Amino acid sequence: MSLTYSRSTKTSRIAAVFAIVLAALLIAAPFWGSTATQQLLGQMMVYIALASLWNLLAGYTGLVSVGQQAYVGLGVYIMVSVTIYLGIHPYFAIPLAGLAAALISMPVAKLVFRLQGAYFAIGTWVVAEVFRLIAAQLGSVGLGGGSGTSIPGPVMQALAVNKFWREASIYWLALVLGLGALALVYGLLRSRIGLALTAIRDSEVASGSLGVNIDRIKYAVYVTAAAMTGMVGSLIALQKIRVSPNAAFSVNDYTAIVIFIVVIGGIGTIEGPIIGTIVYFLLREYFADLGAIYLMILGVIAIIMMLVAPKGIWGYVAQRWQINLFPTGYVVKEDKR
Amino acid sequence: MSDAVLSVDNLEAWYGDAKILHGLSFNLKKGEVLALIGANGAGKSTLLKCIAGLLPKKSGTIAFKGERTDHLAANEIVAKGVALVPEGRRLFPSLSVEENLILGGQVKRSGPWNLAEIYSLFPILGEKRGAPATSLSGGQQQMVAIGRGLMSNPELILLDELSLGLAPIVIKDIYALLPKIVGNGLSAVLVEQDVNRALDSAQHFLCMQEGRISLAGAPKAYTKDQISAAYFGM
Amino acid sequence: MVWFNIIIQGILVGGLYALFAAGLSLIFGVMRLVNIAHGDMIVAVAYLAFVIVKATGLHPLASLIFVVPIAMAFGYALQRGVLNRTLGNDILPPLLVTFGLSVIIQNGLLQIFTADNRKLQAGALETGSFQLLPGVDIGYLPLLQFIVAIAVIAGLQYLFYKTALGRAFRATSDDSETAQLMGLDKRKVYAWAMALCLGVVAIAGVFLGIRTNFDPAIGPGRLIFGFEAVIIGGLGNLWGTLIGGVVLGVAQGIGAQINPGAQELAGHLVFLLVLAFRPTGLFPRMQG
Repeated sequence: MSLTYSRSTKTSRIAAVFAIVLAALLIAAPFWGSTATQQLLGQMMVYIALASLWNLLAGYTGLVSVGQQAYVGLGVYIMVSVTIYLGIHPYFAIPLAGLAAALISMPVAKLVFRLQGAYFAIGTWVVAEVFRLIAAQLGSVGLGGGSGTSIPGPVMQALAVNKFWREASIYWLALVLGLGALALVYGLLRSRIGLALTAIRDSEVASGSLGVNIDRIKYAVYVTAAAMTGMVGSLIALQKIRVSPNAAFSVNDYTAIVIFIVVIGGIGTIEGPIIGTIVYFLLREYFADLGAIYLMILGVIAIIMMLVAPKGIWGYVAQRWQINLFPTGYVVKEDKR
Repeated sequence: MSDAVLSVDNLEAWYGDAKILHGLSFNLKKGEVLALIGANGAGKSTLLKCIAGLLPKKSGTIAFKGERTDHLAANEIVAKGVALVPEGRRLFPSLSVEENLILGGQVKRSGPWNLAEIYSLFPILGEKRGAPATSLSGGQQQMVAIGRGLMSNPELILLDELSLGLAPIVIKDIYALLPKIVGNGLSAVLVEQDVNRALDSAQHFLCMQEGRISLAGAPKAYTKDQISAAYFGM
Repeated sequence: MVWFNIIIQGILVGGLYALFAAGLSLIFGVMRLVNIAHGDMIVAVAYLAFVIVKATGLHPLASLIFVVPIAMAFGYALQRGVLNRTLGNDILPPLLVTFGLSVIIQNGLLQIFTADNRKLQAGALETGSFQLLPGVDIGYLPLLQFIVAIAVIAGLQYLFYKTALGRAFRATSDDSETAQLMGLDKRKVYAWAMALCLGVVAIAGVFLGIRTNFDPAIGPGRLIFGFEAVIIGGLGNLWGTLIGGVVLGVAQGIGAQINPGAQELAGHLVFLLVLAFRPTGLFPRMQG
């Protein structure tokens, strides 16, 4: 009997073909879609990115952060400040935001990692609050303080030659970040770090005794997620143009909704954040008019999901039908000779 | 059997997906001591936990005094009169010796055992009644654990590895008290690594091997070789 | 003298923060659960008191007669019905479920009461004060708050260490499986712990409503203050939590004096400092 090992299954190969077609469609969106369509897709890409990163932290590394909005807001304010004060082109401001977020996340990690479990979660929230309160004090340096400010016209115009290309640029940037976050998470999980993460998820004690350096991996994942989140934040500033501390560091917009998306879609799966984002935007499309009641409905759905189907939609699907669109494990097949 | 205080029929039990007990059946007569012997991993502690209601995944029947208990929660089974003295003692570190004992009597069943009786059985505990329970020596902690079990005035007491981690002289002292503990019509199942001690203390024994009963009966009915063979599964 | 007054006022407000924190500390001690909706429940109680006061004309403190039992019943039901199902080895379910609860409570309050500010009127209690020293006025309300905080913590300590229920809490917290062997039903033990927590939350909520304007969105801020008080004081120590509340109150007072916008920030920074240099808090008694 001889065995072949492969990464992909028939389903994942079919899915890969669909993905290429879908990607082509998405890339071409500025040419077939309206402004509103591009904005919607751009927002969805932002949430796919944020959800994938939060899932990486909470679903795979066990770091349940309720404070990622700290890095979103940081990205927002980096975009605003370096374009206004340093005259840096917005395109370059995005990786700068990522770098800044990575650097700041390092001492933050050293602090909050002293807390465990739910206390770690609240600790990350406190850090986000600190960032928000500091941002509100920045009125004196021309960043608008509590009421916020806007990205100046000239900066926005530097993005591209005219409105069509500006919208397309912002959209493509969102697409790059959204797909980039997915690629980052997928690549990480296929690597040896991914194997270590799965081991940690199954048993921290056992994997620790096997020499897996848990602390170092957690630290690396936290900083990476922060960097990427910071880049997404800087893009959000370009999407919204108007920024304010409460909006940039909003726990509702950048944590509550993200958590909802991941829980509904399927925590601990790569496909989950995509499914969850689609579900969230569908619900928003039809029910957002209900205002506070709509949000209550989201909360109820999330709670029921957690109690009844904790693996989310994709978790259920994957288990029931053994599907894996983003293969991270190995498939062992016996050679039939 | 109508005078059986404990009746187990085709009991199977799992920890998660791993099947530990395979089709166990036996009876225990009222007032008797049943010794459970077997190598590590044979499933002896698992069987006791099953009877006490701590293992949810199981099939088969367990009946105590003719009444089925296999579907009951552990706290309900204690109220019926079955007490488990767990492996490793498992005293509550946040509670004093006396509080551990009082908690054992939480269930409020009538019977001969109360604080005063426990202290007269184990005088050292009376002296150390206010101390944090886990600050006592191993042997003393075992006394607290036994006393805690007795405080619920059980009709069936399950003793899991009394001698675990204790010095020989301490083990000897505790076993010397066993007749006093198991008098008054109290039935007992005794899990014990020390085979000789186990067989000396019991009227009947079960030898377990990989989750099954490999030998059962009265200790005197078998030779040492036969028991060894059953123990090691040869 | 200005600084002395600030410190005194900070100490007194620490009493309120300790009230926010006591329930959190209790629940974490008994079942390792952190209720993200804790702050929102404090605010919800303030609204409940508001409704009862409007309906009966009672003084807000008198409304506690109704508010406390209602809150406790809600806590018992919530734990038995929902939260007991989330307890286990995974930290995610209780965290996410209580986060969902937080969203539901905030938006429910928003829907019913709108975002308008409300306040509980306590009459003379709010405005009265006596002079301790020239420049240092002690308000009746802050003083009462502080005394009540001490009384609540003392009461909880008594309950924990001198009653059968407290024994059940400690045993279940130590080893919930062996506690079952003592005849304790851990579902009920946890439910009583949550009921007790909500009783304290009720007291905290009424005092919050008397002290300041409230609206549906201020819950998370109260959770964070309570959490900071617990961490600064040290896990597993209720008196430590009181000290934590005091440290937080004083830090905020000093911050406000330096720059009115920096009040909350000062508190957070002190919290982060404690986390950096004494991560287990000032008087810890258990591990996180």
